[in-house]
Amino acid sequence: MPDHLLIARLEMASLLGFHILFAVAGMAMPLLMAIAEHRWIRTNDRVYRDLAERWARGTGILFAVGAVSGTVLSFALGLLWPNFMRHAGPVIGMPFSLEGFAFFLEAIFLGIYLYGWDRLRPRLHWLCGVAVLGSGTLSGIFVVCANAWMNMPAGFRVEAGQFVDIDPWAAMWNPGWLLYSLHMVVAAFVTIGFAVAAIHAWMLLRHPLHPLHQRAYGIALGVALLSGLLQPLTGDWLAKQTAERQPMKLAAMEAQWDTTVRAPLRIGGWPDAARETTCCAIELPGMLSWLAYGERQAVVQGLRELPPEDRPPVVVVHLAFQLMIAMGTLLVLTAVIGLAYRGLRKAWPRAPWFLRLVIGCGVAGFVALEAGWTVTEVGRQPWIIYRIMRTADAVTPVPHLWSSFLLFLVLYALLGVIVLRLLQYHVFRTVDGMPQHGAGLGGAHG
Amino acid sequence: MADPGTAAVVVALIIVVALTVYLLTGGADFGGGAVWLVARGPHAAALRELVLKAIGPIWEAHHVWLIVVVVLLFVCFPLVFATLTTALHIPLTLVLIGIVLRGAAFVFRAYGLPRAEFRQRWEVIFAVASLMTPLMLGVTLGAVTSGRIRVDPVTGGVVADYVTTWWQPFPWAVGLLLVGLCMYLAVVYLLHETAEPALREVLRRIGVVVGIDVGLFAWLAAYLAADGAPQLYHGLMHARWSLGFQFVTGGVAVGALVALWQRRYAVARVVVVAQAVCMVGGWAASQFPWLIVPDLTIANSAAPANVLQSVLWVLGGGAVLLGPAFGYLYYLFKWQREQYDGRTREGGRAGAAPPPSRSIL
Repeated sequence: MPDHLLIARLEMASLLGFHILFAVAGMAMPLLMAIAEHRWIRTNDRVYRDLAERWARGTGILFAVGAVSGTVLSFALGLLWPNFMRHAGPVIGMPFSLEGFAFFLEAIFLGIYLYGWDRLRPRLHWLCGVAVLGSGTLSGIFVVCANAWMNMPAGFRVEAGQFVDIDPWAAMWNPGWLLYSLHMVVAAFVTIGFAVAAIHAWMLLRHPLHPLHQRAYGIALGVALLSGLLQPLTGDWLAKQTAERQPMKLAAMEAQWDTTVRAPLRIGGWPDAARETTCCAIELPGMLSWLAYGERQAVVQGLRELPPEDRPPVVVVHLAFQLMIAMGTLLVLTAVIGLAYRGLRKAWPRAPWFLRLVIGCGVAGFVALEAGWTVTEVGRQPWIIYRIMRTADAVTPVPHLWSSFLLFLVLYALLGVIVLRLLQYHVFRTVDGMPQHGAGLGGAHG
Repeated sequence: MADPGTAAVVVALIIVVALTVYLLTGGADFGGGAVWLVARGPHAAALRELVLKAIGPIWEAHHVWLIVVVVLLFVCFPLVFATLTTALHIPLTLVLIGIVLRGAAFVFRAYGLPRAEFRQRWEVIFAVASLMTPLMLGVTLGAVTSGRIRVDPVTGGVVADYVTTWWQPFPWAVGLLLVGLCMYLAVVYLLHETAEPALREVLRRIGVVVGIDVGLFAWLAAYLAADGAPQLYHGLMHARWSLGFQFVTGGVAVGALVALWQRRYAVARVVVVAQAVCMVGGWAASQFPWLIVPDLTIANSAAPANVLQSVLWVLGGGAVLLGPAFGYLYYLFKWQREQYDGRTREGGRAGAAPPPSRSIL
């Protein structure tokens, strides 16, 4: 039987790892549906309207599961980490309160959008879609603000175990909020953009001339490639700040054991925590120093600076980081090829090999998303609030956590399977009798 | 607002208001699930369809009120939140499972696959989860009032095991009362969602039975409170306001039944809502100034004053944004419905809501 703390952490990881998929969909799907509807309004091309409706249905399904799994999380913060919430609640309350409002607006406008297709004038209906996009993205940013605070805490002092001099606004605008939320929001658009493009690319391999999948592929790929090109920049910025403020997280990401000048960038490799070495990595001398501090001779701290019990779990963090970088590199290369093609030929590439590459990127995006989140959260360990409160001191005393852990695992596994089937049925399948022609129905529908 | 005590009381009041709104909106949605479950006879199918149609566009917006309550609790009364989630870990976990299953079942049913048995299975889950959530929320509220959740004054830790605090007659009576109240609200709302005379008769009959049940459960809870929640009992029976309060609540409850009996549905809706508000209000007033009886009060568990004041500013600003948006949602899907239904019957365009052929609207 694994220990209490580990089960609590695994349960939290499962709840979050599940919710994050729906959270990013809730941010990025409204952009796709708003673009499609905008094209419909502009061109009167009925296919765009069908596409917008399909994507809206997908957004509805994903949002509902995101809303309930998010509710679970707001309770789980207390059910699993009551001691954390007791002290941190008032400090990080501001982003959570604002998130509540953003989420409220998102739910209202999504309800209007989903059920109001023929009750609102098209432009007003589209504006409601834009409101869903805006409030969804804002609510994502607010949640990440709170998470950034756990990594780069600000806005309070600790005196005799109590949090005093609380400044909720300073806590919200902590040094990490912009970095983390930029990286996360862009990740949402990359992941969902590629995932949707991948599904329509899959359909295009079978039905290359299908107008709906052609248009869907174009919109989703545009979003994916542009945000994919942007992501390395936000990642580099975040890494530099991590080097500055959480040097041990960076050391774990890079499996750097010794404090040295001219630290190498490691590609691959397997850290051995017992012997405090990293074997089998390709090392690029001086590159880590340069990437972290802009200078090849800069000193990079190693994990040996801390006693073993204060180090993050290096194997998990290093491997997750390598995975994220590998997947991210694939996405960036795809973005470069696709955008170059678009620049030269004025059309998105639709060669079968590129479609297959995009399908691969659809999977890679999700892997990168979960891996990146693992780096952020596991890299912060053993702290729940970096250098303030240990995760072990925050965990609930309630026994038998494994039972609720199992319950949620089964429940979420079931939900996951059903969501996939529903999406397949409502959003991505090729309907017989779909209009196979292009434009020209003049908005007549029904 | 300079006094931190005032800000804390204001936030506590807002929490009570948000809870009330959650009962009147989200609670009624849960009650719809209960109505779905008891629907029998030749009108069962039509009644079930009506329930799902009424909840469709708005349940997610209603659901957010619960999140508002949770966030306000952990930001403004963090010790209360930590104590609740520790002492009532099990019922709250069941609440969550009910919420997940209900939401998922609802959306799966609405966006269901074409196979009928698939949809029926989710409808059953939807209905059962709709019962479980208010039941366990009621158990939670009952346990909070019971005085069995004790907090160590030095460490702030919970002094109790995780079962005996809520595995008592009184919390379960509150749970039953809450289920009944949710169902009662659902019935009187649904009376306004249909013009079908036969369906209205079915609803009226359910309404009268549920109304009487609510009265019985209220008496049962009050009776068990003498032992199970002495603080609440004392408040309800012996406070200065209690006689007037009981008079009003009782009058409203009888009035609701009479209005239903006489088919005055517009009056019935107002009166049933008033009855629900009275009951929540009575509970809140008899518990004031405690948040968890008997160790945690508003004053000794509130966050610092500057945090409370910032939250109040955010609430004020948010309300300015939310009010019109909410109003528009209701305007579209509740007030405009009659006109819209009229148009669709005349063969106008309809059914573009998701998915066209299996629309719940």
